[in-house]
Amino acid sequence: MSTGTVPKPIASTSSFIDDRIGAGNFLKRNLRKVFPDHWSFLLGEIALYSFIVLLLTGTFLTFFFKPSMGHVVYDGSYEPLKGIMMSEAYASTLHISFDVRGGLLMRQMHHWAALLFVAGMMVHALRVFFTGAYRKPRELNWLIGVGLLTLALLEGLTGYSLPDDLLSGAGLRITEGVAISLPLVGTWITFFLFGGEYPGEDVVSRFYSLHILLIPGILLALITAHMILMWVQKHTQMPGKGRTNTNVVGAPFYPAFMAKAGAYFMFTFGAIALLGTFAQINPIWLFGPYSPADISAGSQPDFYMGFLEGSLRLMPSWEINFLGFTLPLSVLIPALVPMGIVMTGLALYPFIERWVTGDRSEHHIAERPRNNPHRTSIGISAVTFYGVLWLLGANDEIAAFFHVSLNWTTYVGRVLVFAGPALAYFITYRMCLGLQRSDAAVIGHGVESGVIKRLPSGEYIEVHVPPNEAIEAHMRGKTAIPVIADTSADGGGIPPKGMRGPLGKLRAKLSKAYGGEKIPLDGEHPHEEHAAVGSGEDDKSLTRH
Amino acid sequence: MNRITARRRHPLARYAVLLLALGLVGGFYTLVAPPGERADAAIASGRADDVAQGKKLFEQSCASCHGLNAEGTAQGPSLVGVGAAAVDFQVSSGRMPLANPGAQAPRKPTAPWVNDETIKQLSAYIQSLGGGPTVPSQETVDPAKGDKAKGGELFRANCIQCHNFVGSGGALTQGKYAPPLHESTPTQIYEAMITGPQAMPVFNDSIITPEQKRDMIAYIVGVREEPNPGGAGLGRIGPVTEGLVAWIAGISLLVLAAIWITAKKRQAH
Repeated sequence: MSTGTVPKPIASTSSFIDDRIGAGNFLKRNLRKVFPDHWSFLLGEIALYSFIVLLLTGTFLTFFFKPSMGHVVYDGSYEPLKGIMMSEAYASTLHISFDVRGGLLMRQMHHWAALLFVAGMMVHALRVFFTGAYRKPRELNWLIGVGLLTLALLEGLTGYSLPDDLLSGAGLRITEGVAISLPLVGTWITFFLFGGEYPGEDVVSRFYSLHILLIPGILLALITAHMILMWVQKHTQMPGKGRTNTNVVGAPFYPAFMAKAGAYFMFTFGAIALLGTFAQINPIWLFGPYSPADISAGSQPDFYMGFLEGSLRLMPSWEINFLGFTLPLSVLIPALVPMGIVMTGLALYPFIERWVTGDRSEHHIAERPRNNPHRTSIGISAVTFYGVLWLLGANDEIAAFFHVSLNWTTYVGRVLVFAGPALAYFITYRMCLGLQRSDAAVIGHGVESGVIKRLPSGEYIEVHVPPNEAIEAHMRGKTAIPVIADTSADGGGIPPKGMRGPLGKLRAKLSKAYGGEKIPLDGEHPHEEHAAVGSGEDDKSLTRH
Repeated sequence: MNRITARRRHPLARYAVLLLALGLVGGFYTLVAPPGERADAAIASGRADDVAQGKKLFEQSCASCHGLNAEGTAQGPSLVGVGAAAVDFQVSSGRMPLANPGAQAPRKPTAPWVNDETIKQLSAYIQSLGGGPTVPSQETVDPAKGDKAKGGELFRANCIQCHNFVGSGGALTQGKYAPPLHESTPTQIYEAMITGPQAMPVFNDSIITPEQKRDMIAYIVGVREEPNPGGAGLGRIGPVTEGLVAWIAGISLLVLAAIWITAKKRQAH
């Protein structure tokens, strides 16, 4: 950078600010902060920028939305609903859609941004999971992320219910069904939430406070904490040339990364605006006002709640009577168990992995998914479990669209929800090992050069050349997964502390299976598989003459 | 096993795998999907008195399943008392004559011998057997004379649990379904309500008056002709297609943008 004289207005203003809040020092340190470059590191920003769009469009909507369940007769410009009794909430949403300038675009952008917010969080979380970026010292940030995802689902649920249209009412009815099925406290919670018998007069205004004040407030605070922690702990980087556990290789925040992040914000905003303009979302005027007596075919929640819908649809109608109390398992299990498995599993995974591997060291280099096959397989299993439930949440649309029997989608789903994850685990594990083998082959024998040579004996072979530096460094970033050392042989047959008792034995077993190096990069390779490669090396010595 | 492994890098191997996968998916689909429809042979019709002519048509195209005197067989129900409205609905929408017995008779192009005249003759014959609901007049089903808003309320209360909120249709049990109402004519909608074809219940005049039926027709026809103010309608089936678009269009677009942005490297000087 050139060190010419700074113009006086800028110099004096900046020294005025610097003298009072000392920002210069802070900026000097932080503007040059280095961020590693990889496309997958931008996925979390989809959620961040969607959130900004949500705040902006949401504020616009609050200017016109009336969170009240008071009855009014509709007298707006949408003719097929003229003269119909409806709640003020629904009437004001119609007003926003048809009579407020830009209102429909804002509503649609708000809804699309909400979908991209949750979807962005999901792809970001998957990236962090599959690269092991949640490992020490980033476990707390991972937990904040899980909290953010949970809150986002809740934020979506409350927002989906606000317009008080027929579709959102169907979702609210299921929420009520889940709340009332809770043992002991269900009835109380339901009456508290709805202010009396369903649907009551209060739920829209209560959800409104939660949706525009409480949950976004917590989201904003947690997002800030998430960003600060990321900033302080520095971003993980992919293994590669010159990248170690103690450095960060990439572009400085100012100007390179800032430009990229700014551009990505524009892209996100642009994608949301495009969707909001060209794709109709949540056409509440077609659904009609909510009435507890009506329900439409194909009533579905937004995509992120689809897995709960699916589990509800798959569940057999079990109900038991326990000490005179009815336990509706057909609602309790699908509402709580899949959500519990997914969210608790996400939250606990870093700690379970640490317990299994006994790994206490810091990790700043991301792991390639293939290099931790069990983690990758567990992740894909969970994705499959979630995916089957999600898919089956739309089983009526699948049945209607593909002309298959609705009953069969349910039967197949009931099997798939258990068989799918198991199968996915096995296939993913074999794929990871296969990919590791292919890496080892590249390191051991080089890559195919495309050059065919004829040997003096008449045999044709393809020449292998060493991989380029960057690729080799990327592959050599692989480290063995730690295993708890079994020192029982040294200690006269006494297992070390923490590996005694049934739990300790289980831990030792898990550690051995989970960790270690399964396919060493520089290990021995079976000969027959690479016969041609061997001759390739011979060939190199021949050509030197 | 070894022979397959040896050929896995063959240039055609990926196509072979792709073909195999496509074949498996296609084969599975044909196993699960109910059989499709097939065109019926043509039968020409002559001129005579409607009932007699209708009986002739009936014997040629319908009697094999419904019996020579419409008394019903194991393949098809008795048509005594179903009325002219049922005949008009089933034949004009192409559902009858049935090409293939399945979970439900699908809407399809009408048979070559079907026209207004032949439908009238066939209806007259069935009507002569035991009465039943008759074909409504044009005025009874005129959408312009109905009240959309009232019709919408009735539609939501009585129809959408199967036909979806704008009549896009939906699935029922065991391969049956509520068909989309996009192509149904006002007359067919009215006839369906009074005759209750297939899985549909009957909404007779004491449940829903003829005026109310006309209001519902006004709503169905009005809403399906109304443009989507928010852009592409995405099939008007609600959040399922919206979720697909969010992932396939939204997330894919943003992932491509991320790849493009990070591919831009500072040029070495």
